[in-house]
Parts: sequence; C-alpha cells; structure tokens
Amino acid sequence: MTLTQQAITIAICALGTMATRFLPFLIFSGKRPTPPFVQYLGRALPAAIFGMLVIYCLKDVNFLAGSYGLPELIAIGVTVALHRWKGQMLLSIAGGTVCYMLLVQLAF
Amino acid sequence: MAKEKGRYRRALAAAFPHTVPIFAGFWFLGLAYGIYMNVSGFSFWYPMVMSLVIFGGSLEFVAVSMLLSPFAPLQTLLMTLMIQARHLFYGIAMLDKYRGLGWKRFYLIFGMCDESFSINYTAPIPQGVDRGWFYVFVTLLNQIYWVSGATLGGLAGSLLEFNTQGLEFVMTAMFVVIFLEQWKKERSHLTAFIGLGAAAACRLGFGADSFLIPTMACILVLLAAFRKPLERVGDPV
Repeated sequence: MTLTQQAITIAICALGTMATRFLPFLIFSGKRPTPPFVQYLGRALPAAIFGMLVIYCLKDVNFLAGSYGLPELIAIGVTVALHRWKGQMLLSIAGGTVCYMLLVQLAF
Repeated sequence: MAKEKGRYRRALAAAFPHTVPIFAGFWFLGLAYGIYMNVSGFSFWYPMVMSLVIFGGSLEFVAVSMLLSPFAPLQTLLMTLMIQARHLFYGIAMLDKYRGLGWKRFYLIFGMCDESFSINYTAPIPQGVDRGWFYVFVTLLNQIYWVSGATLGGLAGSLLEFNTQGLEFVMTAMFVVIFLEQWKKERSHLTAFIGLGAAAACRLGFGADSFLIPTMACILVLLAAFRKPLERVGDPV
C-alpha cells in the first residue's frame, strides 16, 4: 500500500465510524419530534446494550476447553459480590480485576 | 472568570473518578495496540493518528491487518460499518441527554466510544455540576488515556516488560458493574435478559467475529415485540 492508500484507508475507518455515531443525531434532530418508537428504543436499549457488551467482552473465552472460562466466571462472581456488598464501582472493578490477574497468573 | 474556572474544576472533579478504571483498561489496551502496530512495522505516528481520529479500539486493531493487505476501500468501509454499527444504538439512547449542549455536542458524539457512552449514560451527575462539561471531561479524559497509551506503545514497542497478564479484564469488570447499576434501576429485568440472551445465542450461532449485527437485529425485534408489557410495568424508566 502506498502512503496515500494508507491515508485513504484510515480516513474511511474514521468517516465510517463517525457515520455510525452521528447518524441518529442527524436523523432525529430537534426540528421534528422523535417518533415514539424511537423514544421507546432510547429508553429500552441501554439495559440490553450493557448485557450485550458483557457478552462481547467474553466473546473469545472458550468454555469447552482450556480453563473452561473458570477464571472469567469466578472473577465476575467476585465483582458482582463486591458490588452487592459495598456498592462502590471502583472497588468492585479493582477487586474483580485483581482476582482475575491472580487466577490467570498463578492458578490457571 | 473565576466562576467559569470553578465550573470546569467541579465538572472535572466529578468526572475523573468515573474514568479511573478506563485509564487502567485503555492504557493497557492502548499500549498493546501501539506495540502491535510497532511490531507490524508502523511508526508511532500511525497508532497516534488512528487512535485520535478513529477512537474505536476494536476497529483500530482490525485496521492494522487492513493496512497490511492490498488496498480495498469498499471492503474497508463495509468492515468499518459492521464493527461500529452498535454506535447507532448509543446515539438513539443519548438523543435527549446530548440535546441542547451547543458545540460540545459535536465533540461528545465524535468521541462516543463504548466506555464514554456507558459512563455518560449511567453516571449520576452531582448537584451543582455542569452536565455538558461533565460529559466533555469524561469523553476527553478517556480519549487522552487511549491516545497516550497507543502512542507510548508505538514508541516503546517491545521494550516494556512487566507482568500485566489478565489486566485486560478491567474492561469486563467495568461493564459488569455498569450492567449491575442499570439493573438496580429496572423494575422488570426483561430488557437486560434480552441483551444477555440475544448476545449469548448469537455468539454461539455466528461465532466471535460476526455476532454483533445479528445480536442487534435480535434485540430490536424482541424490544419491538415486548413493547406493550415493558411500557406497562413502567420499564424502561
């Protein structure tokens, strides 16, 4: 690839990304009222998205071989337990991460 | 003037703690990305410019292999749209929150990565803190972490050596916690289960590299189908 072709490739990646980020705001600008179904989606989507993102983080975990996803499951369990107990985001995230690092470095 | 300064400082002080886990995650992933570009034969300018203008982790990793392959603009565009399509959902969810913020809106939408969206959607903004500046600082701090990590990785290359194995889990842990925070706000958990279930089923059916688009389609269909019961219980709030 020449330098120009590289620049074009990077520009396409950037512009394509911006298209997906700006499109909803361009379509549903303040001038026309947002359709009720889209308003409903705006409220209903986040819970579903966060579920999707959790699975997305685990997409490369193999539950059928290797460590069977045990370090991930244990560390998620620790994160959830910490969060239920103390309810402090940073503590839950740090605790879960340290637990995972110890598990993959020492145990699995 | 002093009043203005106090306003920035308050917004920054409120925003910063929310971005600490992202600092850890982005520096780790950003360094990894910069090192990956470095060992693939690119100078540090590449990860620096790409992390600045694309600001979307997963696509930037894929872009490395695109840059190493023959020039294929159309394929690049299609890959980009497929990997990034989830941002359409973030935009729909943020329509109201980002409304009426003037020029800040442009930067907020430009920098709306998974992490910035998740924090800005869920974080409670304390009384007396300017909403627009809070969003801007969350987005800006996250981008600074990502760009500096990627640039350092590109510069230092493989010189860095410390045992960070497993640190990438910080992202998973953060999304689990954000998921729990959202969970607390719901009366029924149907939408949360729809997201988890659709993603898990599509991951099994379509594989790790191409399950996001089918997942989004399933989520849309299911949310449309359950609109009446969901609106009746008052969920989504």
